[in-house]
Amino acid sequence: MSAALLEVQDVSKSFPGAQALRGVSFELLPGEVHALMGENGAGKSTLMHIICGVYTPDGGTIRINGRPVTLTSPRQAQNMGIGMVFQELSLVQGLSIAENVFVNRVPTRIGGSIRWGELYKRTQALMQQFGIDVDVRTPVSKLNITTRQVIEIVKALSLDARILLLDEPTSALPPNEVEILFQTIQRLKARGIGIVYISHRIPEVMEIADRVTILRDGQRVATEAISSITPDDLIEMMVGRKLTDLYPERAQDTGTELLRVEGLSRDKAFRDISFTLRAGEIIGIAGLMGARRSELLRALVGVDKAQSGSITVQGRSIQIHSPQQAFESGIAYLPAERKTDGLFLKMALTQNISVTALRLFSRWGLMNPRAEAAASKQFVERMGIRTPSVQQLVGRLSGGNQQKVMLSKWLVRQPKILLIDEPTKGVDVSAKVEIHALLRELVRQGAGIVFISSELPEVIGLADRILVMYEGRLVGEVPAAAASEQQLMLMASGYVASGEK
Amino acid sequence: MAETTASTRLWNLARGMLRTRELPLLLIIVVTIVIMANRNEYFLTTANFRAMFVGLTPTAIIAVGMVILLVSGGFDLSVGAVLALSGTICARLVLDGMEQPVAVFGVLLMGAGIGFINGLLVTKLKINPLVATLGTLSIARGIAQVLTEGVSISGLPATFGTTGSAQIANIPYMVLMMLVIVIIGDLALRHTRALRQAYYVGSNENSARLSGIPVDRVRIFTYMLTAFLAAFAGVLLASRLMAGTPTAAQGLELQVLAACVIGGASLTGGEGTVLGAFLGVVFISIVSNIMTMEAVSIFWQQAVTGFILITAVAFDMLVSRRNA
Ligand SMILES: Nc1ncnc2c1ncn2[C@@H]1O[C@H](COP(=O)(O)OP(=O)(O)OP(=O)(O)O)[C@@H](O)[C@H]1O
Ligand SMILES: [Mg+2]
Repeated sequence: MSAALLEVQDVSKSFPGAQALRGVSFELLPGEVHALMGENGAGKSTLMHIICGVYTPDGGTIRINGRPVTLTSPRQAQNMGIGMVFQELSLVQGLSIAENVFVNRVPTRIGGSIRWGELYKRTQALMQQFGIDVDVRTPVSKLNITTRQVIEIVKALSLDARILLLDEPTSALPPNEVEILFQTIQRLKARGIGIVYISHRIPEVMEIADRVTILRDGQRVATEAISSITPDDLIEMMVGRKLTDLYPERAQDTGTELLRVEGLSRDKAFRDISFTLRAGEIIGIAGLMGARRSELLRALVGVDKAQSGSITVQGRSIQIHSPQQAFESGIAYLPAERKTDGLFLKMALTQNISVTALRLFSRWGLMNPRAEAAASKQFVERMGIRTPSVQQLVGRLSGGNQQKVMLSKWLVRQPKILLIDEPTKGVDVSAKVEIHALLRELVRQGAGIVFISSELPEVIGLADRILVMYEGRLVGEVPAAAASEQQLMLMASGYVASGEK
Repeated sequence: MAETTASTRLWNLARGMLRTRELPLLLIIVVTIVIMANRNEYFLTTANFRAMFVGLTPTAIIAVGMVILLVSGGFDLSVGAVLALSGTICARLVLDGMEQPVAVFGVLLMGAGIGFINGLLVTKLKINPLVATLGTLSIARGIAQVLTEGVSISGLPATFGTTGSAQIANIPYMVLMMLVIVIIGDLALRHTRALRQAYYVGSNENSARLSGIPVDRVRIFTYMLTAFLAAFAGVLLASRLMAGTPTAAQGLELQVLAACVIGGASLTGGEGTVLGAFLGVVFISIVSNIMTMEAVSIFWQQAVTGFILITAVAFDMLVSRRNA
């Protein structure tokens, strides 16, 4: 098969304490969508980083269009027609959308001055393909995670690459945006572009991929045509066993009221939001791009300020103006952006987990590292966090494993009210099951959870009650047991005003 | 999971120590001492080392505060000026007949107050620490000059000099105090819950805030601690010199910063230890001691400190970029 766009042969890569890849071979044909799957820490991102020149392999060869190449920088890979969407968002916070998309390639006049008008027009057009109408001069730091992910995709597409590597491009993308991405992928396929698609979402892979390669512990387990396998086969090849019961049982009965939100508004973001959360209950919020779900959670913990409305926590009406204060009144918040808002990348896993409950791990003002390590070990085992030791720096873990650490740090504190933005972003199937069980356990002990997920099956499977938001308003409420994806999609698109109709 | 046997644990410990900055730095210091001892017979004498340690005492005391501040992601250029201001005010008060303990207490309080202001400027007004502390630097130096009309305050009562000149078992009292501060600072930064928070704040301010760490309180505290220690160093120096000198410790802030960075602190926060910073101070002092012995001009010595600072920072950036 010399017609392959990209051939990887026997590639290995090790990090201190971790053998990420052992003799992996992989091949990408023109016009093919080749899915890459495997558990967290299996080596998927490492393989992509090697193909796009970020890491140099310890051994093995890479051929592009049949010619062996040595890639030493992402810039060089770009020139060879390789574009990549990174799992950990790589945008420059302070720069505008347009500058981020065309970084290094801004259109200039003779003499080097930038043609801003041209730059903005081209970026605007690209963003509009994804149905996103924003001012492309907005700095990236002001945007939510979904928009950032779209920008990341648009940036890779704008390269006119022959080989496109997408590392979990949809981990925070709502269904309609995923649909647009898939249409784009189909167009690219027709032009003979080869696409590597990494995802933990099995339905997506079944829909878009032609072939799938599965990695486990840094080794290739199989490469199969999608048409010849079932989702259950996929899970079994990844995990090494069958998985039953993806979601835990729902709550039987709920307790006292933990949180009451009444008429909460924040101009330009959301208006007149009211709902209550009871002990023992999990509420899922469904919505599409622009539903302002994340903004709502941020306002509830005082990261952003709400202009009007009231918040009552366990019967006491309070004004929340900082996360610190929300924390003290028992509200914990888990943001979607783990790199910038969630983790301490340069610190050890243990210290990342203990941060919310320092008092629990200290006596007379002195930290007790043994207690920190012991607690961390429990989470490492329970969630299957792949790490050489609990002292590993969190920045060196794979994306999904970082997500597990971020969840652990709140579970260790056992908050009364937990608000989570994308609880299982980038987490593999088996760990997802474990996380859902842990969250259910937490509410069974008297806590309440409100979560956002861009994955409708997760919203339906994990929640007891589902709130649907559309353009900053609550448009309906459905008991999860009676919800269907179609119904939620319709409501989230603003077609149905209430769950009853 | 494999069991950790004693030998693998020992191996991990050794590897861990090599990965830190302290051990390599200590090795460099020892090697330098050995080489110099062979080149110059006066180098490795009690007299030379005593003078060197007395000289580095104020720097080391300030470095304890500075490294904790750097760990939390802060930065303070005003330490040299605060030192000078404290020394002159203390001398003035004592000369005007105030009880010495009261004067010292007042000056220390003023130091903490300046730190509090630095902290407020940085956290509440969100002024860049570089600009904010450059401002306090100017103000503190200015006031020191005004108070003294530009000349040192001398003629202090002999009792004022006791702390600065007393010895215990042939070791200057000042040096002992400094060592105690270094040891307490090191243990506190490693083990206390309060200072663990400094690492979180310096590693990622956003995450710290969302994890319930009182970020502003931690920041203000670290600025106060640094300025407080600078004031303390100022009093000690005044006692040793028996004078309040408004121009004392010019450029000390750069030496302290260089020492901290050499010792493993990062200007981007989240990294550093007190022991490392202390070894950094010792290293810089040895280098300038050597230059003095080899009769390098004082102006070149300043240039060399700058060179060391840039090298250390560049090295730090390279390493952290590789780990990113
Ligand atoms: N910079 C690094 N330093 C040390 N170890 C690393 C580094 N990057 C990755 N690893 C390790 O290599 C292994 C593979 O990581 P990789 O990021 O490729 O996983 P992945 O398959 O992309 O997982 P995920 O689904 O969680 O994104 C993991 O065990 C990880 O801990
Ligand atoms: Mg990955």
